[in-house]
Formats: sequence, structure tokens, C-alpha cells
Amino acid sequence: MERSFIARNPSVLIFLSLLALFTLGVTILSEGFGIGVISTSFVKVLGKTLCLCLVAIAMDLIWGYTGILSLGHFAFFGLGGYMIGMWLMYERTRQIVVNSLSEGVLPPTPEEITAGIGNQIFGVVGSSEFPLVWAFADSLVLQLAFVILVPGILAMVFGWLAFRSRVTGVYLSILTQAMTLGLSLYLFQNASGLRGNNGLSGLQNLPGVAAPQSVVSVWFFWASALALALGYLLVAWVVSGKFGSVIRGIRDNEARVRFLGYSVETYKLAVFTLTACISGTAGALYYPQAGIINPAEVAPIASIYLAVWVAIGGRGRLYGAVIGTAFVSLVSSWFTGGQAPDVSLGFYTVKWVDWWLVLLGFSFVLVTLYAPNGIGGLIDLVRRKSKEPQP
Amino acid sequence: MNTLLEVSGVTVSFDGFRAINNLSFQIADAELRAVIGPNGAGKTTFMDIVTGKTRPDAGHILWGAKSISLIGMSEAKIAQAGIGRKFQKPTVFEEQTVQENLMMALRKDRAPLAVLFFKPAKDDFVRVSNLASQIGLIDALLRVSGELSHGQKQWLEIGMLLAQEPKLLLVDEPAAGMTPAEREKTTAILVEAAKTRAVVVVEHDMEFVRRLKCKVTVLHEGAVLAEGSLDHVTKNQDVIDVYLGR
Repeated sequence: MERSFIARNPSVLIFLSLLALFTLGVTILSEGFGIGVISTSFVKVLGKTLCLCLVAIAMDLIWGYTGILSLGHFAFFGLGGYMIGMWLMYERTRQIVVNSLSEGVLPPTPEEITAGIGNQIFGVVGSSEFPLVWAFADSLVLQLAFVILVPGILAMVFGWLAFRSRVTGVYLSILTQAMTLGLSLYLFQNASGLRGNNGLSGLQNLPGVAAPQSVVSVWFFWASALALALGYLLVAWVVSGKFGSVIRGIRDNEARVRFLGYSVETYKLAVFTLTACISGTAGALYYPQAGIINPAEVAPIASIYLAVWVAIGGRGRLYGAVIGTAFVSLVSSWFTGGQAPDVSLGFYTVKWVDWWLVLLGFSFVLVTLYAPNGIGGLIDLVRRKSKEPQP
Repeated sequence: MNTLLEVSGVTVSFDGFRAINNLSFQIADAELRAVIGPNGAGKTTFMDIVTGKTRPDAGHILWGAKSISLIGMSEAKIAQAGIGRKFQKPTVFEEQTVQENLMMALRKDRAPLAVLFFKPAKDDFVRVSNLASQIGLIDALLRVSGELSHGQKQWLEIGMLLAQEPKLLLVDEPAAGMTPAEREKTTAILVEAAKTRAVVVVEHDMEFVRRLKCKVTVLHEGAVLAEGSLDHVTKNQDVIDVYLGR
């Protein structure tokens, strides 16, 4: 008799319970809904961290399980952010423009409103015309669909070209770096229509919502927690059955899978596209909490960090990706936020803002050399110990 | 008996070196055949061509009763058409259990969506355990296959091939690195498999080929040098010169 999915994967239940407890705890301690121990900005940091954990799960699926080291998944993350950012910025600007024009004697015409919005949004790049990519920015439903569709279609086209030519290993990694670099350089141009290096800003304000940031931040925190829970469930389910067997087979011996009659390229493309969609969703939840998105967000280094988080957490196990990401990104914001005390060596003062990256790089090397299973590997060790018969 | 696979006039060159030179070869349904030859005779290249890994420069490869051309088909399509291949080194998925390995190989719809929503039925578990007993791994079903011995991995791989229910099985040096007892068992598995399908065994080891008691094809410099029973080919002067006489 086949046991149920949850029964076969107790770690999923443990993870979901911990996530629920964490969400409850943060809510109770928040300023918006609770006793106000955690500041609104820290609720945002935690919410953003949950989004990063979600994209890390996608990274673990493509790298840890399928063996494709993509160094471009932050391109999809950023695209998701841009898609939702366009609506947030358009709608909020529209309301401001409508309010200011309604003070005039005559009611404003639709043309005047459109011109006003265009001026507000694109004045910074010396234009007032709406570029073509903003054609659907007034529709929340369409922009939400684009959050998944745009990264998904980009991944499908890119993946189809790359996998069909049987590009593998480090060559594929370089190609994905080139993809995210290309996207970033394109977005930096004013002509891209997405405000060049200014990016999209003011995304923390929900149009038509009067609630203060202390409340909105908790809403986004909840949404991020829910997305992480659903993403975790989805990916855990995908890797649990025969599909998981096949993709792990592709990771370990691609040729064997091919001679078993599985179309390896189709599987890779499916996983690549699915993970791009998950990354887009994570980005769409992340950037309203960050408040701003600009092309630097999809620079190649961002996707490399993603790989580092997953490696430190332990790839090939979903909780590893979550632990690694939460741990490294929170520690990172502590060090780079100027909260870590400087260490004075007499002749030299170690400023963590500068030295944190060195520390991170060093720990990445150590993990790769001495603990290839990362932090998650320690949990496996404890679990195996507890399964062994007691003497 | 019908011809299952017909290779005619096939030529392959790598950088000017003719690995396969105008090779013609036929195999019938339910036949056991051994292919022998010295190093560089083109044995592995022959397998690469039939399974779609290497594309020939010239010649035809026709498959099955409908004589479908295999040239230009992807490896996965050829495998689905009914050709299974065993590599020289045992290649099983070492991090997965024997059961998972066999379940993955079972003849089923290979499309991603079908695989994603696949739930093994009782019948599938029965088929997997039947296969496992056939290859002597019934007690190791839930073991991670990386823990198995060299010989057991070879059998598991043969079991995976049988799970695919191929019409033709290409086996590359199955007895390499095996103990005498393991060899005997491997012989038995292959002879049994050849009762219901064609099996082509590429082998270096004469003693092993002798035990298979089947028709032998001798390859040399990418072409067939001699064909017939082992006794017949070992008496052939050409064969003695290029292979046995050394």
C-alpha cells in the first residue's frame, strides 16, 4: 500500500509547522498586528528573506536535483518584480494625477490623465510617452499573469535553445550568466522603457490602500510565507515521485536516462521553466517589500549569491536551501548594515561592511571542500544517528 | 525467423579514421549473438550507431517488421522503439534504491506530465519484484544501489534493460570484472533473456563467449571478418591472424 505524500515526507510537515509558528510569532510581535517588538522595517526584512528562500527552493530544484547549475535565476526573479512594479507604479501615479487634476475647473480628459501619468513616470528619463511594454500596466490581472508568463516564456526560449544544443555543465552556467547580464544591461538603457538605472520605485505603497506600512508589511509577510509554503509543497511533491527519480537520474548520469528512453532535453526544459515561474513569483512578492527595483538587482552577482546560499545550506534537500538562504542573507544584512562591531587589530581595523564578502567567500570555499552537504547535511547526520539502534 | 535489425553499408569516420567501414550486419528476433574483435575493431562504435549516439556518414539501419530507418532518431526515441543498451561500466543511479531504479526503467509513458502524475499501481510493484528476483536482487529492493557490489550493479543494469521490455538488447562487456560465479549467473540471465528477444553481447573474453553457445560475429577494422559458430570462426585463418594468434 502506497503511503500518502506527507507520510512519506515527514520533513515537509515539520517545515510547514515551523513556518506557521514563525509567521504567527512575527505577527504577534509586529507593530501592525501585535505588541510592536519587531519594527516594521525588520518585518520587511523577514518577509523579503522568505521570498529569497522561495527562489532558493527553485534553485535547489534546478541545481540540487536536476544538476543544472543555473547562474541566471535572479533574472527571472527581477522580471517578476518589474512586472508587478509596473502596475504598482502606474496605478499609484494615476491616482495622484487624478486627484491633482480634479482640483481644476473642468474635469480632466482621459488624454490629460494619460499624459500626466506619463510625465510623472518617465520625466526622469526625459520622456512622457508610454513605451510599448507598459501597454497593459493599467491591468492588475494581466500584470499578475505576466509575473509568471514573462519569466516562464524567457526560460522556455532560452532553455530550448541551450538544451537542444546539448550545452551542459560550466558552459551552460556561463550562458545563464550571459543571459542575466544581457537583461541587466538592456534594462539599464533608458530606451528599454523601464526607466533605465532609476528602476521602478515607490512600490511599497499599495494603490487605494489607506493602511499604514506597519500593517501592509505584515500582509506582505503573510503572502510571502504562504507562497513559500506552497512553493515548498509543490517542489517537494515534484521531486518525491518518479519525476524526481528521473531528474536525479539526469543529474547523476544523463546518458543513462536518455538510453532508458526519456527525452532528457524536455525534462530539463520543463524544470528550467517551472523554476523560472517560481522565481518570478518570489520576485513579485519581494520588490513591493523592498520598495524599489532597478537593473542592478539582476546583475550576474545576484544569481551567484543564490548559488552560494543553496550550497551553504546543502543542495539536493529543500530545507537545506531554506536554511542556507535565511542564515546567509540575514547574517549578511547584519554585517553589511553596519551593526556588526568593527574589530580593531591595532595596526588595522576590520570593517565588516568591507570584509563580510571575504568571510562569505571563505566560508563558501570551506563548505565546498569540507562539507559538500552544507548545513542541511548536519541535519541528515543527526537524523541518521537517531535512526541507528541504541546500544 | 524475421530480421529485427538490419545494418547495411554503414560507414563512420572520426577525423579521417574509419571506425566503421562498410559494415553490414543482421540480427533476427529472439537471437543471441556475440560480437568479438580486437581493440579498435569498432564494437562500441557499432553500438553507438545503433542507439543513435553517433550518426553514420553513409549506410542504412532498418528496424523491425516495418523496416523503420533509425538514422536521425534521438536516443530516447530509439530506446522507446525497443532497443536497450547496457554500458561497459555499470551505470545505475547510485543514490537511488534498487526499486526506484527498476521503477524508472519500467516500460511506461515517458512524457514529463505522465511521469509527474505517475502513481505506481500494485501491478507495477509486482513487475518490479519479478524483475528483481530474476536478477537475484529481491532481498536488496530497498537498498541504495550505490551500496551494491560490482556484479550486483551489472545485474541491476541488466534488470533495468529488461524492465524496458526491449526487442533488442545491446550488452557491452557484461562479464568484465566479475568473479567466476557471477559470470555464470550473468550467462544464465542473458541466455534466458534471449529466449524472448534478440540479445547482442559485445565481449572480449573468449571463455565467456564460449558459454553463451551462440552465433559469433568477428569484427575487424570496422567490418565483419567472419561469422558463424565459435568453433567455426576460431578455425578461420583470418581470425587467427588478427585476433587469436596474438
